[in-house]
Amino acid sequence: MSKLFSEKTKQVFLGPLSKNNPITVQVLGICSALAVTAKLEPALVMGLSVTIIVAFANVIISLLRNTIPNRIRIIVQLVVVAALVTIVSEILKAFAYDVSVQLSVYIGLIITNCILMGRLEAFAMGNKPWESFVDGLGNGFGYAWILVVVAFFRELLGSGSLFGFKVIPQSLYEAGYSNNGLMILPPMALVLVACIIWVHRSKNKELQE
Amino acid sequence: MSALKNIVDKLKPHFEKGGKLEKFHSVFDGFETFLFVPNSTSKSGTHIHDAIDSKRTMIVVVIALIPALLFGMYNVGYQHYLSVGQSVGFWAEFLFGFLAVLPFIVVSYVVGLGIEFIVAQIKGHEIQEGFLVTGFLIPLIVPVDTPLWMVAVATAFAVIFAKEVFGGTGMNIFNVALVTRAFLFFAYPTFMSGDNVWVRTSTTFGLGAGNTVDTFSGATPLGQVATSPTPHADLMGIVGDKIGFMDGFLGLIPGSIGETSALAILIGAAILLVTRIASWKTMFSVFAGGALVALAFNLWGPDTASAHFPWYNHLVFGGFAFGAVFMATDPVTSARTEKGKWIYGFLIGAMAIIIRVLNPGYPEGMMLAILLMNIFAPLIDYYVVDANVKRRLKRAINK
Repeated sequence: MSKLFSEKTKQVFLGPLSKNNPITVQVLGICSALAVTAKLEPALVMGLSVTIIVAFANVIISLLRNTIPNRIRIIVQLVVVAALVTIVSEILKAFAYDVSVQLSVYIGLIITNCILMGRLEAFAMGNKPWESFVDGLGNGFGYAWILVVVAFFRELLGSGSLFGFKVIPQSLYEAGYSNNGLMILPPMALVLVACIIWVHRSKNKELQE
Repeated sequence: MSALKNIVDKLKPHFEKGGKLEKFHSVFDGFETFLFVPNSTSKSGTHIHDAIDSKRTMIVVVIALIPALLFGMYNVGYQHYLSVGQSVGFWAEFLFGFLAVLPFIVVSYVVGLGIEFIVAQIKGHEIQEGFLVTGFLIPLIVPVDTPLWMVAVATAFAVIFAKEVFGGTGMNIFNVALVTRAFLFFAYPTFMSGDNVWVRTSTTFGLGAGNTVDTFSGATPLGQVATSPTPHADLMGIVGDKIGFMDGFLGLIPGSIGETSALAILIGAAILLVTRIASWKTMFSVFAGGALVALAFNLWGPDTASAHFPWYNHLVFGGFAFGAVFMATDPVTSARTEKGKWIYGFLIGAMAIIIRVLNPGYPEGMMLAILLMNIFAPLIDYYVVDANVKRRLKRAINK
C-alpha cells in the first residue's frame, strides 16, 4: 500500500487538482468547458467521461510505450483514445440517453481535447502504468471540478435551478427577480473560468507571472 | 470658492500619512482633485503642463450630456401622460420624468463609484475619474422601465470586467457604458427590447396614473420598421399618430432615456466640438458611413421595410446620433491616429446600419457596431502607423 501511494504518486494525483490544473493553469480543454457547462448534469457527466478516458488511455499507452515506434506514436495514441471515446459514447447512449443528447458532439470531440493528447505525450509515454493511471485520474478530476463549479454558477444564475430542480423560490421571481440570460451563453463561461483563475492565482503567489 | 478651499485644506492633514483617517486617503484625494486642479508636478524631465486634466475633460463631457438628460426626463413624462391620455402641462411632465430618471443616476453612480473607491483603496492608487462620464451615460442608454437592480448588476459587471481587470481608467478596451448596456441586453432581453419597456405606464412615486388609451402601442420607430409586414413602414407615435423625420429630430418619441432627441444630442456635440474634447473626424465619419450605407440599401437593398427606411431617418431615429456623438468619440476606446479616426468612424456607421437592416432580431445596431469596432481600433491604429513608416522608409531609400 505504501508503495502504491508514495510521495511521488501523491504529487502526480494532487498536482493537477490545483497548482497544475489543466484548465486554470495550463489553459487546456477550454472549448468543452464553454460548451457543456450551461447545466450541471451534462458538465458532471462530461467531467467523469473525460476522467475515465484519460485514466484508461494513459494506462494503455503506458503499457505499450516501449513497443510503439516513435514515428507513428500520435496515430497509435489517437486509435486508443478513439476506441475509448466510442465505448463511453455508446454506454451513455444506452444508459443515459437524455444526457448524451445534451452533450451531442462534445463526447465525440473528447478525442480532440488537448488534455488527452497532452497527458499521453507528456506523461504516459515515459511513466509506468500505475502512475499513469493516477495521473489520468488527477487530470480528469482537475478538469471535472472546474467544469462543475462553472456549471453550478451558470445553472443557478442562468436557469435558477441545480441539476434541473428549481432552487430559486417563486416568491423571488414575483418580487422582480429574473434569470440572467447571459449566463446561458458561452461568453459567461469564459468570464467564470477567468474568475476561478483570478481567485486561484491570488491564493497561489507562485503562479503569478 | 475660497471658503471651500479652506475647508479642504483644513481637512487635509487628517488624511495624510500619520493622520487619523489615513485609510481613506484615496477617497479624500479623489474629492480634492475633483474640486481643484492638483498642483503637484513631475519632478524629472521637461513637461509642458496643460491647464486641463482628465477630470476637467470629463466634466465637459458631462456638461455636454446635460441637454440630452434634461430632454430625456421631459420626454419620459411627456410619453407617460400621452399614453394615459392626460394633459398636465410642461412642469408636471418634467417632474414625472425627473423622478423616474433620478433613481437610475443614483444607482449607477453609487454602484460604479463604490467599486472604484474600493479598488483604489485596495490598490493604493488615487481614484480615477473615468466613471464620472460612464455613470452619466448609463442612465441615458437604458429604457425607462429597466428594473434598478438590473442596472446595478450590469454596472458592477461592466466596471469590474470591462475596466478594472484591464487596469482601470484609460486602459479599457471596450466602452464601459456600452458594456453595461450589452450586459443588460443579453442577460435580460425581455426588459431591454420589445414593445413594453420604452414608455412608463405605471406610476412614479405616486405621480401619474390611469389606464393607457386604446390606441396605445409602445413600440419604438425602429422596432416598428423591423417588424413591419409591408415593405414600406408607416411610423407611428405611441398613440397611433403619424410621425416622420422632424419627430425623430426633436425626439418626442419612445426610446432609451437620452437617445431620442437628435437636437439635444447636437447641442452636446457642439459643446464637445467647440471645446475640442471630442474628435470631429470620428463624429463626422460615423454619420457619413451610416448615411452612405443606408443610401446604398435604399437604392439597391432587398425589398424589406428596414432597407427602404430612408437614410436620413436612420440618422435621427434610435441610438445612432447618441452613439456617434458620445460613444464613438470616447478617447480611450476609439482609434487614436488621425487617419484611423476616419476609418474607425466610417466603419461604425456602416456596421450599425448593416445590423439594423439585415438582422431583424436587432432593430438597433449602434451598440454592437461600436463594441465591435472598439476591438478593431488598435488594429486600425497599427496599420495606419505601419503605412506611415513604410511610406517614409520608401522615400528615404529612393533618395
